Amino acid sequence: MTSENAKIVFDGVSKFYGEILGVNRVSFSLDPGITALVGPNGSGKTTLMNLMTGLIQPTHGTVLVRGLSPSQPEDFFRQVGYCTQFDSFPRGVKGYDFVYWPLRLARFPHAQAAQLAQDALGRVGMQEAANRRVAGYSKGMRQRIRLGQAIAHHPSVLILDEPLNGLDPMARAEMLALFRALADEGLHLVISSHILEDVDRISDRVVLMSSGFIVAEGQIQSVRSEVQDQPMQILVRCSNAKRLAAEAFSLDHVVEASIQNDGQGVLLRTTNADELFMLLNRAVVAGLVEIEAVAPADEDVNSIYQYLIGSDGNLA
Amino acid sequence: MNVSELSADVLAGTREQPWRVWRGQIGVLIQRELRRGLFTKRRIWIYLLAFTPTLITLIHRVGQFSDAVDANSLRDETQVLAGIVQLYYVKLGLFFACMGIFSWLFRGEMVERTLHYAFLSPVRREVLVIGKFLAGAITAILLFETALLGCFYFIYSRFGALGTAYVFHGPGLRQMGAYALVIALGALGYGAVFLGLSLVFKNPIVPGALFFGWEAITPILPRSLQLLSITFYLKQLYPVRITPPGILSLFTIEPEPLSWFATIGCLLCFTASILVFSCYRIRKVEITYTAD
Repeated sequence: MTSENAKIVFDGVSKFYGEILGVNRVSFSLDPGITALVGPNGSGKTTLMNLMTGLIQPTHGTVLVRGLSPSQPEDFFRQVGYCTQFDSFPRGVKGYDFVYWPLRLARFPHAQAAQLAQDALGRVGMQEAANRRVAGYSKGMRQRIRLGQAIAHHPSVLILDEPLNGLDPMARAEMLALFRALADEGLHLVISSHILEDVDRISDRVVLMSSGFIVAEGQIQSVRSEVQDQPMQILVRCSNAKRLAAEAFSLDHVVEASIQNDGQGVLLRTTNADELFMLLNRAVVAGLVEIEAVAPADEDVNSIYQYLIGSDGNLA
Repeated sequence: MNVSELSADVLAGTREQPWRVWRGQIGVLIQRELRRGLFTKRRIWIYLLAFTPTLITLIHRVGQFSDAVDANSLRDETQVLAGIVQLYYVKLGLFFACMGIFSWLFRGEMVERTLHYAFLSPVRREVLVIGKFLAGAITAILLFETALLGCFYFIYSRFGALGTAYVFHGPGLRQMGAYALVIALGALGYGAVFLGLSLVFKNPIVPGALFFGWEAITPILPRSLQLLSITFYLKQLYPVRITPPGILSLFTIEPEPLSWFATIGCLLCFTASILVFSCYRIRKVEITYTAD
């Protein structure tokens, strides 16, 4: 079990902007790994991230990141890096200076700060453009230089607000690989993104938000299993898809079976996955079909989002 | 030493000797702010405010090349220099330059949506206030004292041996020192006020204009109210009295005297108390750019 000092903990946090609700009664604790923060526009994702980093203060409740509060900035911001979605930069700043000066403020001596800045620029692929003014960068480059600044001091918690915005597919893939590598190094990543397919590929957990409330939170698999009013989708790759579909339809809990175009797979929707797996066992033992693979088809962020929030952004 | 060890080392230093760390961070902030803001096109109008009198005295110097150099004209020129400092620099040039420099320190970053970078660095917000304030003060003092030195040189250099005697064996250097002190204290006092106003008002121009009016009328107000004026203290340090004609004489009404020690002490306390208030205000600032 992860100690509380390694977690991000929200305890009864509410934030109101005057009479407008930002987030309401949010309580959760996040373990290290990659957490996807998803929800429609205005659901409170950025508010949650700004609360996490002390850019705004909660109206009620407390926020602790690895046991530290943003009111202790010397300790806190050595542990935390935040890549905001504000696409603005100090006037006239060059890429290198943008990464270098925060390191100097963090009291790294010049030589180490220069080395760390070069390392971070290399990691985000911005070394060649480092001596150009940020004002001349493309949106993707600006996104990457912000990420470079956020990781330059080797934080243990990295908070990324829409980090994939403005990136082309190749750059997105590189960034996702970088996020995965950072998580594998033991970093705690919290990522908000509208590109659900992308965050789904790398996330360990999901926090689903809507209208300032947490709709669901936890490991993707466990969140999906709690959504019981939506049948589970299970893809079975097998030798005789038609036969398996016919067998499956004899079960009451199977509500849909669709054979894939190549005839070598069937997508089953069921309200009782355990019984379906029993059927598959029986079919194999009886020699009706040879099963190549069985995989859940909707244990992903996108499906959970659709089930719980819906494509219109309102709670389903 | 790797990054984690270095971080742990710096953190240990922060806990054991926080003052040393804060001093270091203030140094870095000053260095960064000066690099970012001292020599930029945006500051041209501040250079103009500072160096226009220098340019005028230079033109005057060239134009009067063949004029008589006697004790009377030297006394007149001393009055001119006093007028430049007391009526222009203190009342207008330094005032508006400080308004531009110090109001922009935090409010400018809010407008440009870049303040979050400062708030996301491992620096106490109070340290940010002090560091940025000192950077602003150094900018103002550097520009205006250089300009003042230029005026001083162009005014007295044409008097040759008479000017040299006045500067080095007469009251010249003492006057120059007093004016330099006036500029420095004025920059600190005005700067603190504008910094404080910028952290209270979204648009500090209106309160800045009211502050300008206040500084103009305090000479005719009761002494207790005069104590709340920067120019009240600066006037105590003027080495030369001038008597301009007409409405300008309002600016030269002599205040009740205060010792130099009390004057400097009061002005520094006034500055410090506004900085304390600014530190308190900055702790409450939230990054909600859309609301700004």
